[in-house]
Parts: sequence; structure tokens; C-alpha cells
Amino acid sequence: MQRDQPRSSLERQIEENLRKVYQKTVEEEVPDRFADLLRKLKEQDGAK
Amino acid sequence: MSPSDDSKIADPRDEIVSHLPAMRAFALSLCRDGSVADDLVQDAIVKAWKNIEKFNAGTNMRAWLFTILRNTFYSNRRKAKREVADVDGQMAATLSQKPDHDGRMALSDFEVGFSKLTSEQREALMLVGAMGFSYEEAAETCEVAVGTIKSRVNRGRLRLIELLGLSEDEELELTDKSTMAVVNGSFPVKRHIA
Repeated sequence: MQRDQPRSSLERQIEENLRKVYQKTVEEEVPDRFADLLRKLKEQDGAK
Repeated sequence: MSPSDDSKIADPRDEIVSHLPAMRAFALSLCRDGSVADDLVQDAIVKAWKNIEKFNAGTNMRAWLFTILRNTFYSNRRKAKREVADVDGQMAATLSQKPDHDGRMALSDFEVGFSKLTSEQREALMLVGAMGFSYEEAAETCEVAVGTIKSRVNRGRLRLIELLGLSEDEELELTDKSTMAVVNGSFPVKRHIA
């Protein structure tokens, strides 16, 4: 199903800015706490 | 259930790590505070890990993780409702700053405007506008009807236009003066954020 295209230049600018906001976080390095968390979860499973 | 000695069976949970950047970005669009957002991601990961049997292999794991994340967010918010003022419901004073003369919005203004939308509008705009989810995928992720997502996206856009002080008149003006520049590609799309 096709998505509505942004109709005006304002809407295009909004989409562009949304992508920038998103991109800014996505490009950040993921903090170590998440790798630690996944490792702990895995260990807990292994210990069962 | 967990064949830790049989590494040949792929564990869908191994895929979670690849969705972390997107989860953090989605969480940030919901909570607007980095450390709260990361706590939310952490809670969502734990829930996803423990409920992995509810994930249908072969379906969109990112959407599934987002659903868990947003459900956690809304359930936390319901719990905190009594302590915290409903910031989403009350719009702070509109931005006084007009866009630059060329009609370009500065990203910081945009982010301030975005933060004033309701969380429902923010997540809909983020999914559809930034992450390329179809309306159907976004609807499924947010567990609402497709029409609801469409309306949230549209209202969010309109509200942003209002908050950023962009009017229909200016839009026409913008079309006259600088649409060609935008169309011709001088729109700073590729510029990297340091």
C-alpha cells in the first residue's frame, strides 16, 4: 500500500527534519549497559 | 526451551542487539530525556527477552520490540500520572522564533516543536516520517487502526507547522521564492550532524 507523499514543501521539510532527529540518535554509539544487560540475560538462561 | 548447547538453532533474541539504535531513537521520541529513554529501552529488552516465545519468527522484530517499548512507556506514564503534570496535554507557549528568511527551519527549533506534540503524534511521525514504516506497520506497532495513525501523522504535521510559525501564506511565499532551490537539491539533506 502506497504511502501518502508529503504534499507541500513544508511537509517535505518536516519529514527531512524527522529523519535528521532520528538519524542523530541512531548514529550514536550504543551505551555499554545494553551489551552488559544482554550478556546477563543470556547468563541467567544458561544457569537455569 | 532454551537449547544453550545447540548453537545451530537460531535464537531470535540474538537479533535484539541489531535493533538497539532504533529502539533508543524511538524511545527518545517518546520520552525526550536520554536517560529515561535508555531506561525504557532496558525495560523493553528485559520484557522482550522473557517473552520471546510470543514473537512470531519471520515477522518484523523491530515492530514487535517497538510495541513492547511503547506499551512500557504508556504503562509507566499511567502509573506516574498522579505525580507528574500532563506535559503532553498542555502546549507550552508557542515558539516565538520565525524560520530563517529562506524558510529553512533550524533543527533545534524543529526539535523543540516536535517535543511539544503529543506522544501519540510523535511516535506516529517518527515511525512513518523518519523510519519509513507504512501506515499499516505503524498501526500494528501502536495497536490502533490505520486511520488513527494517518490522523495522528496529519495532526502532528499541522501542529508542527503551527508551532514553528509557518503559515499557509508563507508556504505560498516559500513556493515562489525558494521551492526551486529545494527542488534543485540545494536543500541541505546530506549535511552531516557533527
